[in-house]
Amino acid sequence: MTILFFADVGLVLLVLAIGASTIFVRKAFDAVIAFVVYGLLLAIVWVRLSAIDVALTEAAIGGGMTGMLLLGAVARLRSAELDSPRIGLRVRLAAGFFCALVASCLAGALLLSPKAIPTLAPAVMENLVHTGLGNPVAGVLFAYRALDTMLEKVVLLLALLGVWSLAPNDAWNGIPGLRVYERPSSTLTFLAQVLPPVGIVVGIYMCWVGANEPGGAFQGGTILAAMWLLVIVARLERAPSIGQPWLRIGLVVGPITFLAVGLAGLVLANAFLGYPPGYAKALIVAIEVTLTISIAVALTMLAAGPPKQEQQ
Amino acid sequence: MNLALDLFTVSALSAGALFFLAGTVGLIRFPDPLTRLHALTKVDNLGLGLVVLGLLPHANGPVGALKLVSIWLLVQLSGAIVTQLIAGAVRERGPRE
Repeated sequence: MTILFFADVGLVLLVLAIGASTIFVRKAFDAVIAFVVYGLLLAIVWVRLSAIDVALTEAAIGGGMTGMLLLGAVARLRSAELDSPRIGLRVRLAAGFFCALVASCLAGALLLSPKAIPTLAPAVMENLVHTGLGNPVAGVLFAYRALDTMLEKVVLLLALLGVWSLAPNDAWNGIPGLRVYERPSSTLTFLAQVLPPVGIVVGIYMCWVGANEPGGAFQGGTILAAMWLLVIVARLERAPSIGQPWLRIGLVVGPITFLAVGLAGLVLANAFLGYPPGYAKALIVAIEVTLTISIAVALTMLAAGPPKQEQQ
Repeated sequence: MNLALDLFTVSALSAGALFFLAGTVGLIRFPDPLTRLHALTKVDNLGLGLVVLGLLPHANGPVGALKLVSIWLLVQLSGAIVTQLIAGAVRERGPRE
């Protein structure tokens, strides 16, 4: 046990050091790389806390997807940086102050919390059998906190609308301006041909297994999105224009299914987002499948960025 | 039998850890990107390969073992290709220090 204890202490020190380096490095690019490493280390921390679901999400979203979005932002900033005035010391100090304020409030809330933190975990485990699910995390997400889960997916759509609204007027319904690999590269093409079949199977497996073991819609959807982006970046397939009807349907099919099941619950189970007894697992799996599609499309389009070219 | 398997696991994991250590030292100490990549690929192939090999006897049945081996294969694939891409970029633009 002592070895594990020292490994944990080392892990904590590493996380703190990497976290500090995201703040103190000079270049934005280096900060983003440090942030990706930070996300991966946090995933290991979650594994050590036996929260495999959170670890998977952290690695996929915190490390992978957010890192890619930030890298895109850095590339955009680099071209804008040259002709914009430098940010003054006062603004920097104010930003630092507010960041420190938020961090210390969070730390205070954690450190000053009562000794015995109230938990509903035993109640969840007791009633999990009614949902037919084996994974308590999926049970909480889709049965007890279903409204939160649904709104989380709607937020994803709002974020995408925010990105799309950056498009110039004449590029609306155009093709996202994701930077593709400039020269045809045989190695990248090879990867984009070999990996997606494997990745798609893994993504579907992640979604399916989420009912009983760690995994779920977000993890599966992220893997599917990564495969799609790989194919686009390798120039095997163009990014779709954002006006495509199938794309729009793919984006909303998950939240709409969730909402429809929730409304049906008003009639069949006497509660919004309630599931009729006996059908809970089937309905939850159906919601998860459609959510996986929506998440995959939404994350791909988020990473692809605002539309740039006129549709041809 | 159990003791032999445990010994095998410990020795394979130690050898794998040694490769990780050597690769990390190489990454820090080697002078230019290409030699650093060379150090990294050894970690991917041999280091992770030995770790997976050492964990195989403790895997969760044949399916678990298959998952471990496929993780190694996937890392091999992505590692080799990313290395090629980085090396290609370095060759095109020249090493920047």
